[in-house]
Amino acid sequence: MARTVGFFTDTTLCIGCKACEVACKEWNQLPGHAGRFGDGYDNTGQLDEQNWRHVQFHERTTAKGGVAWNMMSDVCKHCAMASCMEVCPTNAIIRTEFDTVYIQPSACNGCRDCIAACPYHVIGFDEASGLARKCTFCYDRLQANLMPACAKACPTESIKFGELSTMRDVAAVRLNQLRVQGMSEARLYGDKEYGGLHALFLLTDKPEAYGLPNAENAVLPSRNNARSYLGSLATAVLGVVGAIVAFRGRGEKE
Amino acid sequence: MPQHFVASPQWEWYIVWYFFLGGLAGGAYVIGTLLRLFGDQRDAGVARLAFLISFPAVVVCPILLTLDLGRPSRFWHMLFDSQTFAPHLKYWSPMSVGAWVLLVFSGFAAISFLEALSQGNGLGRLLSGGFGKLFTAVGALFGLSLAGYTGVLLSVTNQPIWSDTWALGGLFLASGLSISAAVLALFAGWRADEGTTEAKLSRADGYFLLLEIALLVVVFVTLGAVGGSLVQGRLAPLWILVAAGVLVPLAIRFRSSPERRASLILASALVVLGGFALRVIVVFSAQL
Repeated sequence: MARTVGFFTDTTLCIGCKACEVACKEWNQLPGHAGRFGDGYDNTGQLDEQNWRHVQFHERTTAKGGVAWNMMSDVCKHCAMASCMEVCPTNAIIRTEFDTVYIQPSACNGCRDCIAACPYHVIGFDEASGLARKCTFCYDRLQANLMPACAKACPTESIKFGELSTMRDVAAVRLNQLRVQGMSEARLYGDKEYGGLHALFLLTDKPEAYGLPNAENAVLPSRNNARSYLGSLATAVLGVVGAIVAFRGRGEKE
Repeated sequence: MPQHFVASPQWEWYIVWYFFLGGLAGGAYVIGTLLRLFGDQRDAGVARLAFLISFPAVVVCPILLTLDLGRPSRFWHMLFDSQTFAPHLKYWSPMSVGAWVLLVFSGFAAISFLEALSQGNGLGRLLSGGFGKLFTAVGALFGLSLAGYTGVLLSVTNQPIWSDTWALGGLFLASGLSISAAVLALFAGWRADEGTTEAKLSRADGYFLLLEIALLVVVFVTLGAVGGSLVQGRLAPLWILVAAGVLVPLAIRFRSSPERRASLILASALVVLGGFALRVIVVFSAQL
């Protein structure tokens, strides 16, 4: 049954417990890698081939001089206009019946063009299988009419799952509620970027602070197609003309 | 200034060598074709040599690309659907375009290689005259595409530097042509009876180097503030090679006194080294 599903991650409700990361790893049987121990609570580091959910921890100074802890459970955005899908030369990356973006393991040959294209640092190269891997939106669970493991496990309902249109409505209500309460820096991310993301985020800081490109920088790889080919074409014409001028001469030095 | 939060695709040495050899293979084929079309009888030997170089260079390319894949046995997924086996081409994906360009160009390069080997017998007779000229002219279009699309491939991503300019395709093409002209000039200079061809190739190489300088300027202008990261870091010393590979040969190519063998070798070697260093810088700078 064709559906258009979405996540809505309300970062104001995230307590940084990482239940989403654990549930994702368990369901998708993702291997663990050695933790990274820095000066914070984030020992996952980044989204990659074995981390399909990543709880970010950001400390920031508030306007009143206090310290605020912004946490966000990051995930593949399943963009409506997906950069990875655009460049994939094997057509391994498809849009499913749930309107999500899925890398077919049977078709991917590990060229890594999708990694170069994804503006969100989502896809990683799995050395063991030789494939590009990322969040599947729990494709298998969706097919069984179950919600994705991360949303199921989230104890604070920071990660919400449902029809994308419903998620948009929920996000708008919540944003309004927070604004009314005086949280003027609250904002919604993902309703416009890349044709509308299938993972919406309610943020309390600018997108860049969470490693998300802002609207100006959320651009598709194909923006460079025409002008790059035209640049090459102009070079080809000039190069060929130069060669013809050089070769037509008698060859002797003046 | 554009902001990027991307992961690196880890395209490394296989890709650098592919970009280099693809530029040489495509460039040599183009020069061989143009020497035949616009040169005279004295250029025939070097034109033949160009086709003898092009094919061995392009044969290595798919091997490098296949080795770079996570699943080398699935290299054919680039060209054919893995389920239906139907050929597929995504014109908006430079990697898909490039796979076909490489395949088609390899065919042209192979046939021209055999023709050059046959020295006017068999295949050589078939490809003499108008049809042969048309054949190599079409092959040269694919040669230009092969030498240039690699830069487009880098730009059609969301990587820093690569996607912040549109001039890498032109830059790689100009550099590929200059590398090929330098290599062929070296061979031509080796043989005393081909001095006129060597002078023609040196002059052409001078034009290609001027084109390369112009494109380097365009790259830095389009990059703006981002360009700083291209000249900083541990790859920065390689710019000395790039600069030497453009400026020294240019001075040698355009000076009025007759060339000596030593300066010819120096000029060609610097062009080749500079062209390789340029690809190392461009490929690795975005991924450090």
